Amino acid sequence: MCLKSENISFGYKRNNLILNNVNISLDSGEVLGLVGDSGSGKSTLCKILAGYENNYEGNVSIDGKEIPSKGYNPVQLVFQHPEKAVNPKWKMKDILNEGQNVSQNILDSFGIKKNWLNRWPNELSGGELQRFALARALGPKTKYLIADEITTMLDAITQAQIWNTVLDIVEEMSIGVLVVSHEKNLIKKLCHDVVYLGDINNV
Amino acid sequence: MRKQFEINSQEKNETKANETKANETKANEIKANETKALLKVEDISLSFIQYASGLRQTELKVISNLSIEAYRGKILAVVGSSGSGKSLLAHAILGILPSNAKLDGKIEYNGQELTQAKKEEIRGKEIALVPQSITYLDPLMRISNQVIGCVEEKNEGLMKKIQREIFQRYDLKPDVERMFPYELSGGMSRRVLVSTAVMSSAKLIIADEPTPGLDEKTLSETLSYFKDMANKGCAVILITHDIEAALKISDKIAVFYAGTVLEVANVEDFKNNGENLRHPYTRALWNALPQNKFQAIKGHQPMQDEVVDGCIFYERCSKKNDLCSKGIPQFKRVNGGVVRCNNVS
Repeated sequence: MCLKSENISFGYKRNNLILNNVNISLDSGEVLGLVGDSGSGKSTLCKILAGYENNYEGNVSIDGKEIPSKGYNPVQLVFQHPEKAVNPKWKMKDILNEGQNVSQNILDSFGIKKNWLNRWPNELSGGELQRFALARALGPKTKYLIADEITTMLDAITQAQIWNTVLDIVEEMSIGVLVVSHEKNLIKKLCHDVVYLGDINNV
Repeated sequence: MRKQFEINSQEKNETKANETKANETKANEIKANETKALLKVEDISLSFIQYASGLRQTELKVISNLSIEAYRGKILAVVGSSGSGKSLLAHAILGILPSNAKLDGKIEYNGQELTQAKKEEIRGKEIALVPQSITYLDPLMRISNQVIGCVEEKNEGLMKKIQREIFQRYDLKPDVERMFPYELSGGMSRRVLVSTAVMSSAKLIIADEPTPGLDEKTLSETLSYFKDMANKGCAVILITHDIEAALKISDKIAVFYAGTVLEVANVEDFKNNGENLRHPYTRALWNALPQNKFQAIKGHQPMQDEVVDGCIFYERCSKKNDLCSKGIPQFKRVNGGVVRCNNVS
């Protein structure tokens, strides 16, 4: 299976394109790095791939088929700031199980403790919240994971813990991962291949 | 009119003479103080009073027995995971904690105790904060007004001139002055935030997570600004979770964990497998970097409401023994650094 974006063009303002004719493809089980300067459109491309942005030209497809706009999206996006991706007025267990019941296996592998489930989001640290965000994104129907700077705000030990777990899970489920990061060493360690956005973007 | 002018110029001369005198004494003072810490934080503890249920109050301890020192011309990096109390330390020094916070212990600035009144007097003048992101700026105010801040009308021209100079030095174009915060890119906003600190001619700069999310070029640029400030004689406290960035410019590194300092190490200690590092946590942090072993130790930092007797790192430590579970280890001086661990000699 292959996630493909073809001839993607997008701009937030008229006559000011951020992405121009961008082609990128991601295979199942592949870990691909995406690198670029700040403000070059990495996060925008991530949003387009995961279906958060609609007003773009070109198409995004899985095995030549368009991604349905209703139902579970097989392309899941995880953000840099997990505290902005959870509902502050819900308890963690509700946030976790909003989409589907997350299996105990996944909870264990991320080291999510039972007593965290009864807490509010503001009672957990960034690293702990990010584990929840990943656990709920890695459901059984997920085929691709877009990781947009998911460990940038975390310390080195938590970063290693989270990535080691994610790599195990995506290998087992043969999920394709797009890793966006500024940290060269991290990209080098994680990815099979690296794409520089400047090279594939014709703006 | 003429008379007034004369008086003014006389006044000016007087103030000038006073200034040179002040400068001389200041220079002497600086010489004498160079070896003394500019900021000394001694054994502070910080807790928040919270309502548990109904009218029952509980005390949540977030910082305990924490001590650090910052010297002129040096950069002290404060490294630790999120929730370890790094930012709260900055807020405690600046006196901007919320009203339900309770601060114990002693903070000394330039040999004088830093009380809340004193903090309010000198913050923004002698102590400056470089905040984490542009969310600390007013979204509806033009950049130059924010950088200059509130000044008396007669000083406005002068301040404007200084601001132009600083902007030029940091490669910010004149049209940035009239922009609003949302129009800035990540790198530009960083330079604007740094110029607010430079503007104040502060002696102590506290930078709270100034680096995450920056690309390599902007990152090294930002770090060089702080190095510049230190070279000019400022004491810089660089709060970050990014050891790599800290190692590039700092002189000493204080490692935070669960609201206390576990080790203060020299930059040279971070090499190879970390065998020169004193605390097992620092070593684990070093070995977890992707360019090193990318190895993670198990477990989590204890929650703030978990009560831990003994060493705070006990649960996750590979070298623990019976002694570690009883009482907090005291600071020891080892190889030019300090460490809070029983198993180091």
